[in-house]
Amino acid sequence: MQSQQPQSTQEITQHVHQWLSENWDPEADLVQWRTLLAESGWGAAHWPEDYFGKGLSVEVSAAIEDVFAEFGAVGTAQTGVRMLAAATLLEHGNHEQKRQYLRRILTGEDHWCQLFSEPGSGSDLAGATTRADLDGDEYIINGQKVWNTSAHHAHYGLLIARTDWDEAKHKGLSYFILDMHQPGVEVRQLSQMNGHASFNEVFFTDARIPRENLISTAGNGWQVAMTTLAHERRSFDRSRENKKVKQKGRIFVELKKELDISNEPYTWYPQRAGRVDLVMQRAEETGAINDPVQRQEIARLHILSESAKWTAQRAKAAQKAGKPQGPEGSLGKLAASEIARLAARVHTNISANDALLTGPTSVHDGVVAEILVSVPAVSIAGGTDEIQRNIVAERVLGLPKEPRFDEGPFRNVQRNSAAKDTSK
Amino acid sequence: MAFIFTEDQEQFRDSVSRFLKDKSSTVDVRRLMATAQGFDPKVWQQLSQQLGMTGVHMPEELGGAGFGPVEMAIVCEEMGKSLYCGPYFASAVCAANALRLAGDELQQETLLPEIISGEKIACLAVTEDRGMWTDEVFSTTATFSSKAKRTDNGHLLNGRKRFVVDACNADTLIVVANDDQGIGFFVVDATAQGVSITALDSMDPTRKLADVQFTDSPAQRLNNSKPEQLRLLVDIASTALANEMVGGAQTLLDSALSYTQLRFQFGRSIASFQAIKHRLADLLLELELAKSAAYQAAQTLADSALWSANGQIAHGDKVTEHASLAKAAASEVYLHAALECIQMHGGIGFTWENDTHLWFKRAKSSEVFLGTPAEHRERMLTALCAQSTDLRNSA
Repeated sequence: MQSQQPQSTQEITQHVHQWLSENWDPEADLVQWRTLLAESGWGAAHWPEDYFGKGLSVEVSAAIEDVFAEFGAVGTAQTGVRMLAAATLLEHGNHEQKRQYLRRILTGEDHWCQLFSEPGSGSDLAGATTRADLDGDEYIINGQKVWNTSAHHAHYGLLIARTDWDEAKHKGLSYFILDMHQPGVEVRQLSQMNGHASFNEVFFTDARIPRENLISTAGNGWQVAMTTLAHERRSFDRSRENKKVKQKGRIFVELKKELDISNEPYTWYPQRAGRVDLVMQRAEETGAINDPVQRQEIARLHILSESAKWTAQRAKAAQKAGKPQGPEGSLGKLAASEIARLAARVHTNISANDALLTGPTSVHDGVVAEILVSVPAVSIAGGTDEIQRNIVAERVLGLPKEPRFDEGPFRNVQRNSAAKDTSK
Repeated sequence: MAFIFTEDQEQFRDSVSRFLKDKSSTVDVRRLMATAQGFDPKVWQQLSQQLGMTGVHMPEELGGAGFGPVEMAIVCEEMGKSLYCGPYFASAVCAANALRLAGDELQQETLLPEIISGEKIACLAVTEDRGMWTDEVFSTTATFSSKAKRTDNGHLLNGRKRFVVDACNADTLIVVANDDQGIGFFVVDATAQGVSITALDSMDPTRKLADVQFTDSPAQRLNNSKPEQLRLLVDIASTALANEMVGGAQTLLDSALSYTQLRFQFGRSIASFQAIKHRLADLLLELELAKSAAYQAAQTLADSALWSANGQIAHGDKVTEHASLAKAAASEVYLHAALECIQMHGGIGFTWENDTHLWFKRAKSSEVFLGTPAEHRERMLTALCAQSTDLRNSA
């Protein structure tokens, strides 16, 4: 790629506009179009020039995305774990790994999943006991992972597994790219209490990973996982919009298929958050709005959700002004849990018996019932409230840490007796 | 504020904070709360004249600094932090704003400069026999048993006002009363004939309350008085009080944080127990949410045309909704913080020697002053429902 003179954002976006008017075709094949994007560098302009990008800043890259949106042109694949894979590879992968995987991440040809949580290590993620044993030029994988979104569609998994049992907990882990399509990998869908199945369990029985699929070095897996988790947290903060594809053309038909698959696990997420937006409507429909006791609870919910919204805006404004992050920036997740719990209570009181119904006679297609059976997830997924409170107490308020009982060689650390012991 | 304070506002906050740290230590608070007057006139003079706090939100042409509700809220928050004892809330927040809303140009020019400069202290008398805010004040058809009678030489006022903050220190009383035009605001000189002010003993000695009896007392009607100004005054006062309360709650949280880290039991600091840590994290969450609400209420007031106009209430505006929202949220977190702070101090937290009870008492008196949280939740929801009705009607 030829070196470029520094250009202004305006010059760059004009150039992209020109490039799109010469190349964009709504009747193109989705993968072919994205391959062109990857080769041109305009599909991920903030990535390095050597790896399908232009080496531009995130801000300029966002401006380029706006040009795509204005133009109505399809961009590179953005959904799901593939973006976490890309961010992790860009930071920790070697040259061959980046050349091999990044292009097909952008084109959307490969689906990815995350293989981090285990039945025996949820909040304490670094306590993973899935093992990776080096055997010649391959690692042999045994163990079990859980809560793996889209693993049943995935071609590759981002895996943390234990390579050294005599090291301390965090230092014995390694990070791998696992080929999901092999005999030693079994994926089972995991049904939730709300009837959806957004996650999977993944079982490894002598699954194999070639040595060159180790990311970074053996024993550095926790550091690499931190990168993935930081990006996951960022995407958690971003609101998930269910973009409706309306444009016409062959490429949009294919895009819609892709989005339907990637959005499928998330259809119940608005209900998980408590659907505060429905409260006033339901209160008017049922007459609860005229009941002084119900009004108090509805008002409490309104106060909580408005205050949380303003708190998030304060955090955003401070960040934008380049101020150090205040406490308001770390509280969103705990606030979301409180809102969801209170909303479930308010919806129950407003709808009463009708809250139970899920069938054809139910109100609003059973949405109230779905709220009630989905809300319990909010205070668990992505870090439980208890872990969040520890983080807030220790990192924001500066309170002392709990005494630890998991230091020294991991082999000797007391573990979940329910989990199968794989250390021997 | 637009969700972030400007550099100027932060600097102003710093200077207020430094002043109060120096002049309103807990030693000062304890000394002043034991007196009948309850404040230090010298400190009052300094904060009014040197720092301009009493007029920060008042127009420059009347001697104020020309800023608005956000700056007024900053003063209140800082005063809440240090539990400042003095008639700022009664005089600068309640009475001065009442005069701004209901006084005509001449009345403002005559009465406000001395209140803005702190030379005169004013207070606002609203509640009556039961001291309730809901029935008497929040209602759209509020009526008062206090009556103003028109005579050839102005009005004569009869009635009894209760729970009047800082009436004992006031030179001037602004009294809400019924007259032949409905509801009006009346200015009464504290030394005028037939005015009898009786101090009330209160559990919170940092906020001085009094009963005021008027018997044929000469009163001057504020010429732009309108009934709906009462609603706006409650909004302004609730917003200011909400900011004062989140300031107080912050001091309580800081105190709990510092004490639990110093206190060792079972060989470890009690702040290392999750039973304490998690509750402090929850308290921080509740406090930050209430702060956001208090700041937003001040901003909504500042953005509203009401602030400068003479109380023309536009339907569908969010001033009342946000003011009552903030008052309810701040009342709850203040009391919660006080109770947690006492609990986390253990036995020492229940002693007179420990300072926590000073804030606990202010939290309690603030909880009921201007209306309880439940009353404000109802008031907020009523305002919210009125907005959606207005929306539907205009659609």
